[in-house]
Amino acid sequence: METHHSHSQVKGVSTGTTILAVKFNGGVIIGSDSRASMGESYVSSKTINKLIQVHDRIFCCIAGSLADAQAVTKMAKFQLSFHSIQMESPPLVKAAASIMKELCYSNKEDLQAGFITAGWDRKKGPQIYVVSLGGMLLSQPFTIGGSGSTYIYGYVDAKFKPNMSLEEATQFSTNALALAMGRDNVSGGVVHLVVITEAGVKHIVVPGDKLPKFHDE
Amino acid sequence: MALSCVLEPALSGFNFENSTRNNVLENGSEEGKIKAPKPMKTGTTIAGVVYKDGVVLGADTRATSDEVVADKMCAKIHYIAPNIYCCGAGTAADTEKTTDMLSSNLTIFSLNSGRNPRVVMAVNILQDMLFRYRGMIGANLILGGVDCTGSHLYTVGPYGSMDKVPYLAMGSGNLAAMGILEDRFKVNMDLEEAKALVSDAIHAGIMSDLGSGNNIDLCVITKEGVDYIRPHRESPYNYKRQAKYKYKPGTTPVLSKTVTQLELELVHETVQKMETGSS
Repeated sequence: METHHSHSQVKGVSTGTTILAVKFNGGVIIGSDSRASMGESYVSSKTINKLIQVHDRIFCCIAGSLADAQAVTKMAKFQLSFHSIQMESPPLVKAAASIMKELCYSNKEDLQAGFITAGWDRKKGPQIYVVSLGGMLLSQPFTIGGSGSTYIYGYVDAKFKPNMSLEEATQFSTNALALAMGRDNVSGGVVHLVVITEAGVKHIVVPGDKLPKFHDE
Repeated sequence: MALSCVLEPALSGFNFENSTRNNVLENGSEEGKIKAPKPMKTGTTIAGVVYKDGVVLGADTRATSDEVVADKMCAKIHYIAPNIYCCGAGTAADTEKTTDMLSSNLTIFSLNSGRNPRVVMAVNILQDMLFRYRGMIGANLILGGVDCTGSHLYTVGPYGSMDKVPYLAMGSGNLAAMGILEDRFKVNMDLEEAKALVSDAIHAGIMSDLGSGNNIDLCVITKEGVDYIRPHRESPYNYKRQAKYKYKPGTTPVLSKTVTQLELELVHETVQKMETGSS
Protein backbone atom coordinates (compact mmCIF):
# COMPACT_ATOMS: atom_id res chain seq x y z
CA MET A 1 0.00 0.00 0.00
CA GLU A 2 2.34 2.67 -1.31
CA THR A 3 -0.09 5.49 -0.57
CA HIS A 4 0.68 5.30 3.12
CA HIS A 5 4.47 5.09 2.91
CA SER A 6 6.24 8.23 4.01
CA HIS A 7 9.74 8.37 5.44
CA SER A 8 9.30 5.47 7.79
CA GLN A 9 12.39 3.31 8.01
CA VAL A 10 10.28 0.24 8.67
CA LYS A 11 8.84 -1.27 5.53
CA GLY A 12 5.21 -2.32 5.68
CA VAL A 13 3.22 -2.46 8.90
CA SER A 14 5.15 -1.27 11.94
CA THR A 15 4.25 -1.62 15.57
CA GLY A 16 5.38 1.91 16.50
CA THR A 17 4.61 1.05 20.03
CA THR A 18 4.97 1.08 23.76
CA ILE A 19 5.83 -2.18 25.51
CA LEU A 20 6.91 -2.90 29.03
CA ALA A 21 7.55 -5.67 31.51
CA VAL A 22 7.71 -5.47 35.31
CA LYS A 23 8.74 -8.04 37.91
CA PHE A 24 6.63 -8.12 41.04
CA ASN A 25 6.39 -10.31 44.10
CA GLY A 26 5.64 -13.78 42.71
CA GLY A 27 5.43 -13.05 39.02
CA VAL A 28 5.87 -10.75 36.09
CA ILE A 29 3.54 -8.40 34.21
CA ILE A 30 4.09 -7.84 30.52
CA GLY A 31 2.11 -5.13 28.74
CA SER A 32 1.64 -3.25 25.49
CA ASP A 33 -0.61 -0.87 23.57
CA SER A 34 -2.55 -2.14 20.56
CA ARG A 35 -1.79 0.15 17.64
CA ALA A 36 -0.12 -0.82 14.35
CA SER A 37 0.85 1.93 11.94
CA MET A 38 2.03 2.33 8.36
CA GLY A 39 4.17 5.40 7.84
CA GLU A 40 3.49 8.14 10.39
CA SER A 41 -0.10 8.84 9.53
CA TYR A 42 -2.14 5.70 9.03
CA VAL A 43 -3.28 3.36 11.76
CA SER A 44 -3.58 0.01 10.05
CA SER A 45 -4.89 -1.76 13.12
CA LYS A 46 -6.34 -0.56 16.42
CA THR A 47 -6.40 -4.01 17.98
CA ILE A 48 -3.18 -5.72 17.04
CA ASN A 49 -1.87 -8.38 19.43
CA LYS A 50 1.69 -7.64 20.46
CA LEU A 51 1.84 -10.09 23.38
CA ILE A 52 2.71 -13.42 21.83
CA GLN A 53 2.73 -16.59 23.89
CA VAL A 54 5.80 -18.64 23.03
CA HIS A 55 5.24 -21.23 25.76
CA ASP A 56 2.93 -21.97 28.70
CA ARG A 57 4.55 -19.47 31.06
CA ILE A 58 6.62 -17.39 28.63
CA PHE A 59 5.42 -14.38 26.64
CA CYS A 60 7.12 -12.09 24.17
CA CYS A 61 6.16 -8.55 23.32
CA ILE A 62 7.15 -7.18 19.95
CA ALA A 63 8.26 -3.81 18.61
CA GLY A 64 9.39 -2.75 15.15
CA SER A 65 8.35 -4.30 11.86
CA LEU A 66 5.29 -6.45 12.40
CA ALA A 67 6.20 -8.92 9.66
CA ASP A 68 9.72 -9.47 11.01
CA ALA A 69 8.52 -9.77 14.61
CA GLN A 70 5.80 -12.28 13.73
CA ALA A 71 8.24 -14.37 11.70
CA VAL A 72 10.83 -14.41 14.50
CA THR A 73 8.32 -15.31 17.21
CA LYS A 74 6.88 -18.11 15.08
CA MET A 75 10.35 -19.56 14.61
CA ALA A 76 11.15 -19.11 18.29
CA LYS A 77 7.89 -20.81 19.31
CA PHE A 78 8.73 -23.80 17.16
CA GLN A 79 12.32 -24.07 18.38
CA LEU A 80 11.30 -23.62 22.02
CA SER A 81 8.62 -26.27 21.76
CA PHE A 82 11.10 -28.69 20.19
CA HIS A 83 13.69 -27.90 22.89
CA SER A 84 11.11 -28.45 25.60
CA ILE A 85 10.14 -31.85 24.16
CA GLN A 86 13.78 -32.92 23.96
CA MET A 87 14.49 -31.82 27.56
CA GLU A 88 11.18 -33.29 28.75
CA SER A 89 10.56 -30.25 30.92
CA PRO A 90 9.21 -26.72 30.55
CA PRO A 91 11.83 -24.39 29.05
CA LEU A 92 13.64 -21.69 31.01
CA VAL A 93 12.79 -18.06 30.23
CA LYS A 94 16.47 -17.60 29.50
CA ALA A 95 16.26 -20.30 26.82
CA ALA A 96 13.40 -18.48 25.11
CA ALA A 97 15.28 -15.20 25.23
CA SER A 98 18.41 -16.87 23.90
CA ILE A 99 16.56 -18.29 20.92
CA MET A 100 15.20 -14.83 20.07
CA LYS A 101 18.67 -13.35 20.47
CA GLU A 102 20.24 -15.94 18.13
CA LEU A 103 17.66 -15.19 15.47
CA CYS A 104 18.01 -11.41 15.83
CA TYR A 105 21.82 -11.43 15.94
CA SER A 106 22.38 -13.83 13.05
CA ASN A 107 19.97 -11.94 10.79
CA LYS A 108 20.63 -8.44 12.01
CA GLU A 109 20.95 -6.98 8.47
CA ASP A 110 17.56 -8.23 7.41
CA LEU A 111 15.46 -7.86 10.55
CA GLN A 112 14.02 -4.76 12.19
CA ALA A 113 12.37 -6.00 15.35
CA GLY A 114 13.04 -5.85 19.09
CA PHE A 115 11.51 -7.99 21.84
CA ILE A 116 10.89 -8.19 25.55
CA THR A 117 10.71 -11.79 26.76
CA ALA A 118 9.20 -12.36 30.19
CA GLY A 119 7.91 -15.32 32.09
CA TRP A 120 8.17 -17.67 34.99
CA ASP A 121 10.21 -20.86 35.35
CA ARG A 122 10.99 -23.25 38.17
CA LYS A 123 14.70 -22.45 38.35
CA LYS A 124 14.77 -18.67 38.79
CA GLY A 125 11.13 -17.67 39.15
CA PRO A 126 9.92 -14.53 37.36
CA GLN A 127 12.40 -13.05 34.87
CA ILE A 128 12.53 -10.35 32.20
CA TYR A 129 14.93 -10.29 29.25
CA VAL A 130 15.37 -7.63 26.61
CA VAL A 131 16.46 -8.58 23.08
CA SER A 132 17.23 -5.37 21.22
CA LEU A 133 17.39 -4.66 17.46
CA GLY A 134 20.95 -5.88 16.91
CA GLY A 135 20.65 -8.94 19.11
CA MET A 136 21.83 -7.77 22.54
CA LEU A 137 20.44 -9.82 25.44
CA LEU A 138 20.00 -8.22 28.87
CA SER A 139 18.21 -9.25 32.03
CA GLN A 140 16.44 -6.50 33.99
CA PRO A 141 13.93 -6.17 36.84
CA PHE A 142 11.73 -3.94 34.70
CA THR A 143 12.05 -2.67 31.17
CA ILE A 144 10.28 -0.50 28.60
CA GLY A 145 10.57 -0.47 24.84
CA GLY A 146 9.19 0.87 21.60
CA SER A 147 8.84 4.40 20.29
CA GLY A 148 6.58 5.47 23.15
CA SER A 149 9.02 4.37 25.82
CA THR A 150 11.10 7.54 25.49
CA TYR A 151 8.25 9.51 27.09
CA ILE A 152 8.07 7.39 30.23
CA TYR A 153 11.68 6.73 31.22
CA GLY A 154 11.39 9.37 33.92
CA TYR A 155 8.13 7.94 35.23
CA VAL A 156 9.28 4.32 35.45
CA ASP A 157 12.68 5.22 36.92
CA ALA A 158 11.00 7.25 39.65
CA LYS A 159 8.04 4.98 40.40
CA PHE A 160 9.46 1.46 40.21
CA LYS A 161 9.95 -0.37 43.50
CA PRO A 162 11.31 -3.93 43.77
CA ASN A 163 8.93 -6.56 45.21
CA MET A 164 5.68 -4.72 44.53
CA SER A 165 2.38 -6.48 45.05
CA LEU A 166 0.23 -7.51 42.08
CA GLU A 167 -2.12 -4.52 42.48
CA GLU A 168 0.75 -2.03 42.71
CA ALA A 169 2.48 -3.55 39.71
CA THR A 170 -0.74 -3.53 37.66
CA GLN A 171 -1.32 0.13 38.51
CA PHE A 172 2.31 0.97 37.69
CA SER A 173 2.08 -0.72 34.28
CA THR A 174 -1.29 0.78 33.38
CA ASN A 175 -0.14 4.28 34.33
CA ALA A 176 3.11 3.96 32.39
CA LEU A 177 1.36 2.73 29.23
CA ALA A 178 -1.36 5.38 29.51
CA LEU A 179 1.24 8.14 29.82
CA ALA A 180 3.18 6.88 26.82
CA MET A 181 0.04 6.43 24.71
CA GLY A 182 -0.99 9.96 25.62
CA ARG A 183 2.18 11.48 24.21
CA ASP A 184 3.25 9.13 21.40
CA ASN A 185 1.16 9.30 18.23
CA VAL A 186 2.04 5.81 17.04
CA SER A 187 1.00 4.18 20.33
CA GLY A 188 -2.64 3.89 21.27
CA GLY A 189 -5.76 1.77 21.32
CA VAL A 190 -6.25 -0.42 24.37
CA VAL A 191 -3.83 -1.61 27.01
CA HIS A 192 -3.08 -5.35 27.03
CA LEU A 193 -1.58 -6.78 30.19
CA VAL A 194 -0.60 -10.37 30.86
CA VAL A 195 0.16 -11.47 34.42
CA ILE A 196 2.41 -14.56 34.57
CA THR A 197 2.87 -16.44 37.84
CA GLU A 198 3.58 -19.99 38.89
CA ALA A 199 -0.17 -20.62 39.02
CA GLY A 200 -0.85 -19.53 35.47
CA VAL A 201 -1.45 -16.75 33.00
CA LYS A 202 -4.09 -14.00 33.23
CA HIS A 203 -4.92 -11.59 30.42
CA ILE A 204 -6.22 -8.12 31.36
CA VAL A 205 -7.53 -5.65 28.78
CA VAL A 206 -8.06 -2.00 29.72
CA PRO A 207 -10.09 -0.19 27.04
CA GLY A 208 -9.08 3.33 26.04
CA ASP A 209 -11.83 5.09 27.92
CA LYS A 210 -11.04 3.27 31.19
CA LEU A 211 -7.40 4.32 31.20
CA PRO A 212 -6.18 6.67 33.95
CA LYS A 213 -6.30 10.29 32.82
CA PHE A 214 -3.45 12.72 33.34
CA HIS A 215 -4.61 16.30 32.74
CA ASP A 216 -6.39 15.15 29.62
CA GLU A 217 -9.27 17.61 29.57
CA MET B 1 5.19 -34.92 9.25
CA ALA B 2 6.85 -33.34 6.24
CA LEU B 3 4.42 -31.46 4.07
CA SER B 4 4.75 -32.11 0.37
CA CYS B 5 4.51 -28.86 -1.54
CA VAL B 6 3.76 -27.82 -5.08
CA LEU B 7 6.60 -26.64 -7.31
CA GLU B 8 10.00 -26.25 -5.76
CA PRO B 9 10.58 -26.67 -2.01
CA ALA B 10 11.57 -23.61 -0.04
CA LEU B 11 15.19 -22.88 -0.95
CA SER B 12 17.22 -20.94 1.53
CA GLY B 13 17.86 -17.32 0.64
CA PHE B 14 16.39 -15.52 -2.32
CA ASN B 15 16.58 -16.24 -6.01
CA PHE B 16 17.58 -13.15 -7.92
CA GLU B 17 18.57 -14.93 -11.15
CA ASN B 18 16.42 -12.64 -13.23
CA SER B 19 17.70 -9.38 -11.83
CA THR B 20 21.02 -9.60 -13.76
CA ARG B 21 19.07 -10.28 -16.91
CA ASN B 22 16.75 -7.34 -16.21
CA ASN B 23 19.75 -5.13 -15.56
CA VAL B 24 21.30 -6.03 -18.92
CA LEU B 25 18.01 -5.41 -20.70
CA GLU B 26 17.49 -2.03 -19.14
CA ASN B 27 21.02 -0.66 -19.18
CA GLY B 28 22.46 -2.53 -22.16
CA SER B 29 23.79 -0.63 -25.14
CA GLU B 30 22.91 2.99 -25.72
CA GLU B 31 20.36 2.26 -28.45
CA GLY B 32 19.26 -1.02 -26.99
CA LYS B 33 17.66 0.27 -23.79
CA ILE B 34 14.42 -1.56 -23.20
CA LYS B 35 12.05 -0.17 -20.63
CA ALA B 36 10.61 -2.83 -18.32
CA PRO B 37 6.84 -3.14 -18.81
CA LYS B 38 4.75 -1.84 -15.93
CA PRO B 39 3.03 -4.71 -14.13
CA MET B 40 -0.74 -4.76 -14.14
CA LYS B 41 -2.01 -3.65 -10.75
CA THR B 42 -5.37 -4.25 -9.27
CA GLY B 43 -5.78 -0.69 -7.95
CA THR B 44 -8.64 -2.02 -5.99
CA THR B 45 -11.18 -2.02 -3.27
CA ILE B 46 -11.65 -5.27 -1.38
CA ALA B 47 -13.47 -5.80 1.89
CA GLY B 48 -14.49 -8.57 4.23
CA VAL B 49 -16.85 -8.87 7.16
CA VAL B 50 -17.56 -11.62 9.70
CA TYR B 51 -21.29 -12.01 10.35
CA LYS B 52 -23.50 -14.31 12.38
CA ASP B 53 -23.22 -17.44 10.22
CA GLY B 54 -19.94 -16.91 8.36
CA VAL B 55 -17.93 -14.49 6.28
CA VAL B 56 -18.83 -12.10 3.45
CA LEU B 57 -16.05 -11.04 1.07
CA GLY B 58 -16.44 -8.33 -1.56
CA ALA B 59 -14.37 -6.84 -4.36
CA ASP B 60 -14.62 -4.51 -7.33
CA THR B 61 -13.72 -5.82 -10.80
CA ARG B 62 -11.38 -3.26 -12.34
CA ALA B 63 -7.74 -4.01 -13.18
CA THR B 64 -5.64 -1.03 -14.28
CA SER B 65 -2.35 -0.67 -16.12
CA ASP B 66 -1.33 2.92 -15.34
CA GLU B 67 -4.27 4.99 -16.63
CA VAL B 68 -5.89 2.34 -18.81
CA VAL B 69 -8.46 -0.10 -17.52
CA ALA B 70 -6.89 -3.39 -18.55
CA ASP B 71 -9.72 -5.66 -17.41
CA LYS B 72 -13.30 -4.65 -16.68
CA MET B 73 -14.41 -8.00 -15.27
CA CYS B 74 -11.37 -9.06 -13.31
CA ALA B 75 -12.09 -11.72 -10.66
CA LYS B 76 -10.40 -10.64 -7.47
CA ILE B 77 -11.97 -13.17 -5.13
CA HIS B 78 -9.84 -16.27 -5.53
CA TYR B 79 -10.66 -19.84 -4.60
CA ILE B 80 -8.36 -21.33 -2.00
CA ALA B 81 -10.32 -24.28 -0.64
CA PRO B 82 -14.01 -25.27 -0.67
CA ASN B 83 -14.43 -23.33 2.56
CA ILE B 84 -11.78 -20.62 2.13
CA TYR B 85 -11.68 -17.71 -0.33
CA CYS B 86 -9.18 -14.89 -0.67
CA CYS B 87 -9.47 -11.32 -2.00
CA GLY B 88 -6.27 -9.91 -3.45
CA ALA B 89 -5.04 -6.34 -3.91
CA GLY B 90 -1.70 -5.21 -5.30
CA THR B 91 0.04 -6.60 -8.38
CA ALA B 92 -2.46 -8.75 -10.27
CA ALA B 93 0.03 -11.46 -11.26
CA ASP B 94 1.35 -11.76 -7.72
CA THR B 95 -2.07 -12.18 -6.13
CA GLU B 96 -3.12 -14.71 -8.80
CA LYS B 97 -0.03 -16.88 -8.49
CA THR B 98 0.24 -16.67 -4.73
CA THR B 99 -3.37 -17.72 -4.23
CA ASP B 100 -2.99 -20.45 -6.87
CA MET B 101 0.04 -21.92 -5.09
CA LEU B 102 -1.68 -21.68 -1.75
CA SER B 103 -4.73 -23.47 -3.12
CA SER B 104 -2.58 -26.27 -4.60
CA ASN B 105 -0.64 -26.71 -1.36
CA LEU B 106 -3.82 -26.92 0.68
CA THR B 107 -5.32 -29.48 -1.70
CA ILE B 108 -2.22 -31.65 -1.37
CA PHE B 109 -2.41 -31.31 2.39
CA SER B 110 -6.08 -32.31 2.38
CA LEU B 111 -5.37 -35.39 0.30
CA ASN B 112 -2.38 -36.39 2.41
CA SER B 113 -3.95 -35.92 5.81
CA GLY B 114 -7.61 -36.54 5.07
CA ARG B 115 -8.55 -33.33 6.89
CA ASN B 116 -10.21 -30.16 5.70
CA PRO B 117 -7.80 -27.22 5.78
CA ARG B 118 -8.23 -24.54 8.40
CA VAL B 119 -8.13 -20.82 7.61
CA VAL B 120 -5.29 -20.32 10.06
CA MET B 121 -3.20 -22.87 8.14
CA ALA B 122 -3.71 -20.94 4.90
CA VAL B 123 -2.63 -17.78 6.71
CA ASN B 124 0.52 -19.43 8.05
CA ILE B 125 1.57 -20.73 4.63
CA LEU B 126 0.96 -17.29 3.07
CA GLN B 127 2.83 -15.53 5.83
CA ASP B 128 5.85 -17.81 5.48
CA MET B 129 5.99 -17.36 1.73
CA LEU B 130 5.53 -13.59 1.65
CA PHE B 131 8.05 -13.05 4.46
CA ARG B 132 10.59 -15.14 2.59
CA TYR B 133 10.27 -12.80 -0.41
CA ARG B 134 10.71 -9.67 1.72
CA GLY B 135 7.91 -7.62 0.16
CA MET B 136 8.98 -8.32 -3.44
CA ILE B 137 5.67 -10.10 -3.96
CA GLY B 138 3.17 -7.25 -4.00
CA ALA B 139 0.17 -9.07 -2.57
CA ASN B 140 -2.20 -7.56 0.00
CA LEU B 141 -4.67 -10.31 0.82
CA ILE B 142 -7.87 -10.67 2.81
CA LEU B 143 -8.54 -14.32 3.62
CA GLY B 144 -11.90 -15.44 4.84
CA GLY B 145 -13.37 -18.83 5.56
CA VAL B 146 -15.38 -21.10 7.79
CA ASP B 147 -13.84 -24.22 9.29
CA CYS B 148 -14.43 -26.51 12.26
CA THR B 149 -13.22 -23.79 14.64
CA GLY B 150 -15.61 -21.10 13.38
CA SER B 151 -15.67 -18.17 10.93
CA HIS B 152 -12.43 -16.26 10.48
CA LEU B 153 -11.19 -13.21 8.60
CA TYR B 154 -7.46 -12.55 8.30
CA THR B 155 -5.31 -10.02 6.48
CA VAL B 156 -1.80 -10.75 5.23
CA GLY B 157 0.49 -7.92 4.09
CA PRO B 158 3.19 -8.07 1.40
CA TYR B 159 5.99 -8.17 3.98
CA GLY B 160 4.45 -11.11 5.78
CA SER B 161 2.55 -9.43 8.62
CA MET B 162 -0.84 -10.83 9.54
CA ASP B 163 -3.79 -9.75 11.66
CA LYS B 164 -7.07 -11.39 12.63
CA VAL B 165 -9.97 -8.97 12.32
CA PRO B 166 -13.79 -8.88 12.34
CA TYR B 167 -13.95 -6.49 9.34
CA LEU B 168 -11.41 -5.03 6.98
CA ALA B 169 -10.88 -3.22 3.69
CA MET B 170 -7.72 -3.22 1.55
CA GLY B 171 -6.48 -1.78 -1.71
CA SER B 172 -6.27 1.77 -3.02
CA GLY B 173 -9.93 2.39 -2.22
CA ASN B 174 -9.65 1.09 1.33
CA LEU B 175 -9.90 4.43 3.10
CA ALA B 176 -13.34 5.13 1.68
CA ALA B 177 -14.50 1.55 2.30
CA MET B 178 -13.18 1.57 5.87
CA GLY B 179 -15.27 4.63 6.57
CA ILE B 180 -18.45 2.74 5.70
CA LEU B 181 -17.35 -0.37 7.62
CA GLU B 182 -16.38 1.58 10.74
CA ASP B 183 -19.73 3.33 10.72
CA ARG B 184 -22.08 0.39 10.23
CA PHE B 185 -20.29 -2.74 11.39
CA LYS B 186 -21.98 -4.62 14.23
CA VAL B 187 -21.13 -7.96 15.73
CA ASN B 188 -23.40 -10.87 14.67
CA MET B 189 -25.18 -9.15 11.79
CA ASP B 190 -27.53 -11.22 9.67
CA LEU B 191 -26.85 -12.12 6.06
CA GLU B 192 -28.71 -9.34 4.25
CA GLU B 193 -27.25 -6.66 6.49
CA ALA B 194 -23.73 -8.02 6.01
CA LYS B 195 -24.09 -8.22 2.22
CA ALA B 196 -25.45 -4.67 2.07
CA LEU B 197 -22.59 -3.41 4.25
CA VAL B 198 -19.84 -5.00 2.15
CA SER B 199 -21.52 -3.95 -1.08
CA ASP B 200 -21.82 -0.35 0.13
CA ALA B 201 -18.22 -0.34 1.31
CA ILE B 202 -16.97 -1.47 -2.10
CA HIS B 203 -19.29 1.03 -3.75
CA ALA B 204 -17.74 3.83 -1.67
CA GLY B 205 -14.31 2.67 -2.83
CA ILE B 206 -15.45 2.62 -6.44
CA MET B 207 -16.87 6.13 -6.21
CA SER B 208 -13.88 7.67 -4.46
CA ASP B 209 -10.95 5.87 -6.05
CA LEU B 210 -9.82 6.00 -9.67
CA GLY B 211 -8.25 2.57 -9.52
CA SER B 212 -11.50 0.82 -8.52
CA GLY B 213 -14.62 0.52 -10.58
CA ASN B 214 -17.05 -1.47 -12.68
CA ASN B 215 -18.98 -4.23 -10.94
CA ILE B 216 -19.08 -5.52 -7.39
CA ASP B 217 -18.51 -9.22 -6.68
CA LEU B 218 -19.59 -10.82 -3.42
CA CYS B 219 -18.70 -14.16 -1.89
CA VAL B 220 -20.65 -15.51 1.07
CA ILE B 221 -19.02 -18.39 2.95
CA THR B 222 -20.93 -20.38 5.55
CA LYS B 223 -20.68 -23.81 7.12
CA GLU B 224 -23.15 -25.09 4.54
CA GLY B 225 -21.27 -23.83 1.51
CA VAL B 226 -20.24 -20.91 -0.63
CA ASP B 227 -22.36 -18.46 -2.60
CA TYR B 228 -20.18 -16.69 -5.18
CA ILE B 229 -22.28 -13.83 -6.53
CA ARG B 230 -20.60 -12.47 -9.63
CA PRO B 231 -21.70 -9.78 -10.23
CA HIS B 232 -23.69 -8.71 -7.20
CA ARG B 233 -24.14 -5.18 -8.43
CA GLU B 234 -23.44 -4.12 -12.00
CA SER B 235 -22.01 -0.81 -13.01
CA PRO B 236 -24.78 1.53 -14.25
CA TYR B 237 -22.56 2.70 -17.11
CA ASN B 238 -23.49 0.89 -20.29
CA TYR B 239 -20.75 -0.08 -22.66
CA LYS B 240 -22.94 -0.38 -25.77
CA ARG B 241 -20.96 0.60 -28.83
CA GLN B 242 -22.45 3.50 -30.77
CA ALA B 243 -21.43 2.33 -34.26
CA LYS B 244 -19.93 -0.63 -36.09
CA TYR B 245 -16.13 -0.52 -36.02
CA LYS B 246 -15.49 -3.35 -38.46
CA TYR B 247 -13.96 -2.31 -41.80
CA LYS B 248 -15.16 -3.93 -45.01
CA PRO B 249 -12.53 -5.66 -47.16
CA GLY B 250 -11.43 -3.15 -49.79
CA THR B 251 -11.49 -0.12 -47.44
CA THR B 252 -7.70 0.17 -47.65
CA PRO B 253 -6.46 0.56 -51.28
CA VAL B 254 -3.69 -1.86 -52.33
CA LEU B 255 -0.91 0.06 -54.13
CA SER B 256 1.41 -2.78 -55.20
CA LYS B 257 1.89 -6.51 -54.66
CA THR B 258 5.09 -8.64 -54.68
CA VAL B 259 5.19 -12.44 -54.26
CA THR B 260 8.43 -14.07 -53.06
CA GLN B 261 8.69 -17.85 -53.25
CA LEU B 262 10.45 -19.34 -50.21
CA GLU B 263 13.14 -21.90 -51.12
CA LEU B 264 12.15 -25.03 -49.20
CA GLU B 265 14.25 -28.18 -49.41
CA LEU B 266 12.68 -31.50 -48.45
CA VAL B 267 15.28 -33.03 -46.13
CA HIS B 268 13.56 -36.03 -44.62
CA GLU B 269 10.17 -37.70 -44.84
CA THR B 270 8.77 -40.32 -42.47
CA VAL B 271 5.38 -41.97 -42.59
CA GLN B 272 4.03 -43.40 -39.36
CA LYS B 273 0.96 -45.57 -39.56
CA MET B 274 -1.53 -44.84 -36.77
CA GLU B 275 -3.21 -47.74 -35.03
CA THR B 276 -6.91 -47.01 -35.35
CA GLY B 277 -8.83 -49.58 -33.35
CA SER B 278 -12.06 -50.76 -34.86
CA SER B 279 -14.95 -48.97 -33.26
